[in-house]
Amino acid sequence: MTRYGLRAVALIYLLFLLVLPVGLIAWRTFDHGLGPVVTALTSPAAVHAFAVTLSVAFWAVLANTVFGVGTALLLVRGRFPGKRILGALIDLPLAVSPVVVGLALILVYGSYAPAGGWLARHGLQVIFSLPGMVLATVFVSLPLVVRAVVPVLRELGQDQEEAAHTLGATGWQTFARITLPGIRAALGYGVVLCLARALGEYGAVAVVSGRLVGQTQTATLFVEERYQNFDQTASYAVATVLALIAVLILLLTRVLRGRDG
Amino acid sequence: MAIEVRHVNKSFGATPVLRDVSVDIAAGSLTALLGPSGGGKSTLLRVIAGLEQPDAGTVAIDGVDATRLTPQRRGVGFVFQHYAAFKHLTVFRNVAFGLEVRRRPRDEVRRRVTELLELVHLDQMADRYPNQLSGGQRQRMALARALAVEPKVLLLDEPFGALDAQVRKELRTWLRRLHDQVHVTTVFVTHDQEEAMDVADEIVVLADGEVVQVGRPRDVYDHPATPFVMRFLGPVTTVDGRLVRPHDLHVAAEAWPGSVPVVVTRVASLGFEVRIEARAGDGTEVWAQLTRGQAAELDLRSGNTVHIGVTEVARTPVLS
Repeated sequence: MTRYGLRAVALIYLLFLLVLPVGLIAWRTFDHGLGPVVTALTSPAAVHAFAVTLSVAFWAVLANTVFGVGTALLLVRGRFPGKRILGALIDLPLAVSPVVVGLALILVYGSYAPAGGWLARHGLQVIFSLPGMVLATVFVSLPLVVRAVVPVLRELGQDQEEAAHTLGATGWQTFARITLPGIRAALGYGVVLCLARALGEYGAVAVVSGRLVGQTQTATLFVEERYQNFDQTASYAVATVLALIAVLILLLTRVLRGRDG
Repeated sequence: MAIEVRHVNKSFGATPVLRDVSVDIAAGSLTALLGPSGGGKSTLLRVIAGLEQPDAGTVAIDGVDATRLTPQRRGVGFVFQHYAAFKHLTVFRNVAFGLEVRRRPRDEVRRRVTELLELVHLDQMADRYPNQLSGGQRQRMALARALAVEPKVLLLDEPFGALDAQVRKELRTWLRRLHDQVHVTTVFVTHDQEEAMDVADEIVVLADGEVVQVGRPRDVYDHPATPFVMRFLGPVTTVDGRLVRPHDLHVAAEAWPGSVPVVVTRVASLGFEVRIEARAGDGTEVWAQLTRGQAAELDLRSGNTVHIGVTEVARTPVLS
């Protein structure tokens, strides 16, 4: 009896928290049929918002992949003072609110800050433009690749890399031919998680982007802005697409998880 | 000399692992680095390979100072205890690895790898992945992989350590034969004295980070430099305060000059030999190995008093 009771509780919990809200959004999207949805999704503002989201996500994922693998290698293979502190710092973005991240970035890279001012004079505007949004997204998704790769790298051990060295492989050859194939699945998992986080990021991006419609408006910002302006069809349509992408990514992580070894 | 190690010191943190180690390895020899675990033998091997940097001292390979060379430039083949197989590559690609990173022509790679796989009897397994091989097969693959790049020296770190007893014995006989075929200077690390005696031309005994003795297996066994080496290389017992091998003891019913009377406490028949345990007058325990014939002649039983002493043919130097 208790078993069925527990199951019922768990199912009802999930129903009200997850299935009902997401389901309702999808349902309401198609309130007036397919036509308005297509119109909303193909409107220049929506298309632009998706384009911004994709380009922010692309650069953020790229940066986090390269630095994530580098940092993971450093944390697992390196021997240097302060390694434990670095390991703890990596998880900081998980604890800090994205809004705080956004504000912090403005403090450093805003036009009136020394660093931001210097960059602006050299033609690179960070805040209220793409670089700042990428920075914010990189920051909030920083630990994902590192945390996915570190345990697999540790498990892999150094034997294979040392064997490759003695066989005459350079550091780069060893990384490309031995280390990378060894962490392939974990890296894929981390990248996909990072992608999901980047596509869905709202808080930090909202602060640093300035929410300039048609310029720095991402898909998530578009959903919020349309909703505030009583354009529920467009808001729901884009929200549904974002949810759909999330589900696809989730399925992808299922496939990738635990493939190494 | 194929390898010359001079005054090598190495510490991990505050723990010294190698203390002023100097070793010569003759070209074409098969040498065992023998010693108890934690004695520094694996570290010495890794220093020779360049996988560890010594704190002080030099390593020369083929007459060239290699101390500052990276492992990839030393021309050594290294075989790891746990195989270090490239899991995502087939047996063929594993063996081909060293040739591929050197960008050798495809035909040459194919020919050389096929040749090596035949040498290690894995030609039927070329397309398998390491996880489809047994431990012994993986280690033979690792050996072929190390040999593929025609190393000046072949270094094996406890190569049979992860294998079960049966495979271990087969593989060491096989390694001996392989060495007779290939003649590459080979150094292997082991903590198993029987393995070292069975396979090696030369044994280097290492303990507490120091070279204790170097010599041919028989010399090291028969003329151990220290009581430690004597204990480490074979069974020992004490008679009259002297350290001897139990098979060098003579047991008789009658006393003779130099013999000691003992009371037999246990007689164990171990098939091809009989082992007796006894207690001397001063309470010290002693044990001896006898043939079955000798034991039957003496009609040994628990409680009997017999006389025990070192045989005249004993080659073992008696240490105190």
